[in-house]
Amino acid sequence: MKYVDAQQVQKKMASRLLANNVAKGLFLLATLFGLVVLVILIYRVVAQSIGWLDADFLMNKLSTAPERAGIMGAIMGTLWLMLVVAPVTMILGVGTAIYLEEYAKKGKLQSFIQTNISNLAGVPSVVFGILGLTVFVRALDLGSVVLAGGLTMALLVLPVVVVASQEAIRAVPQFLREASYGMGATKWQTIKNVVLPASIPGILTGVILALSRAIGETAPLVVIGIPALLIPLPEGILDRFTILPVQIYYWTIDSALVAEYANLAAATIVVLLIVLFLMNSIAIIIRNKFQKRY
Amino acid sequence: MAATSENERKTLNIKSKREGSGTVGAPKNIVYNTKDLNLWYGEGHALKNINLEIYENEVTAIIGPSGCGKSTYIKTLNRMVEMVPTVRISGEILYRNRNILDKNFKVEDLRTRVGMVFQKPNPFPKSIYENIAYGPKIHGIRSKKVLDEIVEKSLRGAAIWDEVKDRLNQNAYGLSGGQQQRLCIARCLAIEPDVILMDEPTSALDPISTLKVEELVQELKNDFSIIIVTHNMQQAARISDKTAFFLNGEVVEYEDTDIIFSNPSDKRTEDYITGRFG
Repeated sequence: MKYVDAQQVQKKMASRLLANNVAKGLFLLATLFGLVVLVILIYRVVAQSIGWLDADFLMNKLSTAPERAGIMGAIMGTLWLMLVVAPVTMILGVGTAIYLEEYAKKGKLQSFIQTNISNLAGVPSVVFGILGLTVFVRALDLGSVVLAGGLTMALLVLPVVVVASQEAIRAVPQFLREASYGMGATKWQTIKNVVLPASIPGILTGVILALSRAIGETAPLVVIGIPALLIPLPEGILDRFTILPVQIYYWTIDSALVAEYANLAAATIVVLLIVLFLMNSIAIIIRNKFQKRY
Repeated sequence: MAATSENERKTLNIKSKREGSGTVGAPKNIVYNTKDLNLWYGEGHALKNINLEIYENEVTAIIGPSGCGKSTYIKTLNRMVEMVPTVRISGEILYRNRNILDKNFKVEDLRTRVGMVFQKPNPFPKSIYENIAYGPKIHGIRSKKVLDEIVEKSLRGAAIWDEVKDRLNQNAYGLSGGQQQRLCIARCLAIEPDVILMDEPTSALDPISTLKVEELVQELKNDFSIIIVTHNMQQAARISDKTAFFLNGEVVEYEDTDIIFSNPSDKRTEDYITGRFG
C-alpha cells in the first residue's frame, strides 16, 4: 500500500494552491502599502509646491511675506552644518572602527563598547539635542551656532559611521593583512596601505548615509535653540543658522497663521527630498562600483 | 607502550643518522634551531616538544596529514601564529642563534629576514609593480630608480619577468592563479629575505603552474633557505633535501628526504608515505 494516496492529494490540491496564491497576494499588499503611501505623500507635497518652487525661492533669504520668502539661509546653514558634521564623524567614526577592529583585544571590554555603540544608534534624536544643549550650547557657551549644532549632529550619526566602517574593515580579507604582516610591515603600515584603501568605499558609503540622516534630522536642532527668526546668512561655524528641516517645521507650525506657509513648507520638502535622493544615490553608486573585488 | 619504545627508537635513529650525514660533507650552518617547542590554541595542544634543526641553503619539507601541526609550525617560525588570540607558546626557536620568541625580538625585524608565501595566492589589489615594491617601500626605500631595479630583479628571480614586463602597471588580479603565486614569491624576494617559508604554495594551483613553482624552489635554494609545508608527498620527494614528518603535533621523523622516502625508520612514516593513511 502506498502512503501517498493520489486521490487524497487531488482533493487537497485546490486549497493548497489557493493558500499559495493568498500568501503571494498578502506579501504583495504589504509591499504596495508602503509604496502607495509614499506616492500619495510625494504627490501631495509636489502639488502644493507647484508655483512656489522656483529659482527665487532657492536664492531668496527668509521673509515674513510668503511671496518673497526663500530658503537660501537654510541651504547655507545646511552646508555649514555638513562642513562640521562630515570631518568630525569621519575622524571619530573611522578612528573608533579601526581601533575596535584592528587593535582592541576581542574580550569583555570590546563587546561592551560594541553593544553600547549599537544602543547609541537607538537613542532618540531629541536626547542628543538635550545633550547638545547642555554641553555645547550652555557648558561650553557656544550658543546656538553651527559648531554646536554640528557637534550634536556628529554625535547623533556617529554610531552609523562606526558600524558601517567596522563592516567595511571586517570585509577586507585576512589574507591581505597576512601578506603585509608577512613582509615585516607594522600594524599601522598595514592599516594605512592595505586595510584602509580596500575599505574606503564602504566607509564612504556609511559616511554619506550618515550625512543624509543628519540633513533630515529636526528634533536635536530645535532643542538646541535654532531660531525661527529672520537671521543673516551664516558665514562661519560660529554664526547662528537654520537648516532645511527646521525651516519646514516652523513654516508648518505657522501655516495656521499664514496659509501660504504650507506651500513654502511643501516646496522646501521637495528640495530636501531631492538632496536626500541624490546623496543616497551617490552612496549606492559607490557601493556597487567597489563591491566584491576579491 | 609501543608508542614510547617507538619514540625512543626514533630519537636514537635521528641522532645517529644526523651525526653520520654531518661527517660526509662540510657541516651546514643551522638557520633555525627549534628546542622543546610547545604550542597551544586555548586548551588544544597543537605542537608537542618539537626539536628540529633546519639548515642553510636547503629545502626542508614538512609533511603530514591535515591537522598535524605542520602549518602551525611554519607560522611559528615567523610568529604569524600569534595572530590567533588564544595561542600560547613555550620553548625556544633560535633563528641564527637568537631566540625569536624572546619579546625583544621584533616581529617586524624577523619577518623582514624571513619571508612567507601563503597557501592561496594573495596579491594586493594593486598593480604588479606596486605589489613588488610594497615590501621595499615599507622598509623605507623611496628612490624610484632603486625600486625599479628591485622590481625587475625580484620578478626575474621568480621567473615571471618575461610574462609581466609589458604590463607592470596592470592590476595583479588580472594574472592567472599560477602567475599570481609566482608574483607573491617575487614580492617575497623583494625584501631580500634570508629564509623563505612556503605554506602549501601549490595547493591552489594546476599541475603546470605547480611544476613551475617547484622548479623555482630548486633555483631559489642556492640563495635562500626554504622551508615548505606540503600536502603532496611526491612534491616533498621531488624538491626537498630534508623532510620532517609531523603527526598529531609531534615530529615523528626528520631525515634526509631520500632516506625518509626509501627507508623510513618509523612505522607511522612508512604508513603515511605509502598512502595507508592521511
